[in-house]
Amino acid sequence: MERVPVLKLGDVLLVSIQFDLEDEVALALQADLADKIVASGARGVLVDISGLEIVDSFIGRVFADIAATASVLDAETVVVGMRPAVAITLVDLGLSLGSVRTALNVEKGLRILRRDLGLRAAEDLDAISSGASAPDATG
Amino acid sequence: MTTTVPGAPPAEELPIAADRDVVRVRQAMRTFAIAAELSLVEQTKAVTAASELARNTLVHGGGGTVTLEVVSDGRRRGVRATFTDWGAGIADVEQALVDGWSTGTGLGLGLSGSRRLVDAFDIDTVPGKGTTVSMTKWAR
Repeated sequence: MERVPVLKLGDVLLVSIQFDLEDEVALALQADLADKIVASGARGVLVDISGLEIVDSFIGRVFADIAATASVLDAETVVVGMRPAVAITLVDLGLSLGSVRTALNVEKGLRILRRDLGLRAAEDLDAISSGASAPDATG
Repeated sequence: MTTTVPGAPPAEELPIAADRDVVRVRQAMRTFAIAAELSLVEQTKAVTAASELARNTLVHGGGGTVTLEVVSDGRRRGVRATFTDWGAGIADVEQALVDGWSTGTGLGLGLSGSRRLVDAFDIDTVPGKGTTVSMTKWAR
């Protein structure tokens, strides 16, 4: 079975889903994330679904369960990168993602985590993305 | 009344017996939806509906098959998927089409939600014999 890689960036766990998920792979991701939140003490989870061509009721429920599990483990989840056609379809399907927070892209998702939790990784990454982290010779 | 479409790919039957088959149905549905010249949003709705129905076939029907085809009503093209299982059947179709109603552990959106995503939706079920669900999505 394929597994979705989970990257640790400071206090944030970053998941980028790049292939169509079998149901079992989605459930394994949910379990992996719970383990890694506990093992790493991560305070934020960022799930990038820009690679997903569809979100059906099963995978949608897995996202809601991931966010609920993370919340119980004192971590906040943001799902980012949903394609417009996927968003339109979810509304017709009648699927509510419950309390799952969403943002348009990784950068905005990290900003939410930084604002709400003051996360170190989010601050570092935001600095990198704005080009402010390079050492400045002139001080 | 629909007819087959010259130049379109021939109808294809796929087994639905495991998780990975649900993914294969999604991929095949995408191919047929593109052949039927559906827009990206229409493709996404058709693929999502097929995913829900394929999972229903697997989980509630104990497995079965799907037949995919490009169809035409003379004015426009569409894609049709016909899911067949030989499971327990649906005792009360009207109830099964209510949002949130489920015999399993799901959200109960499989049938009701997929019906909203497509243009035509038919259920033929015989308790104890099995169920056939047919969906059609037209290109606008």
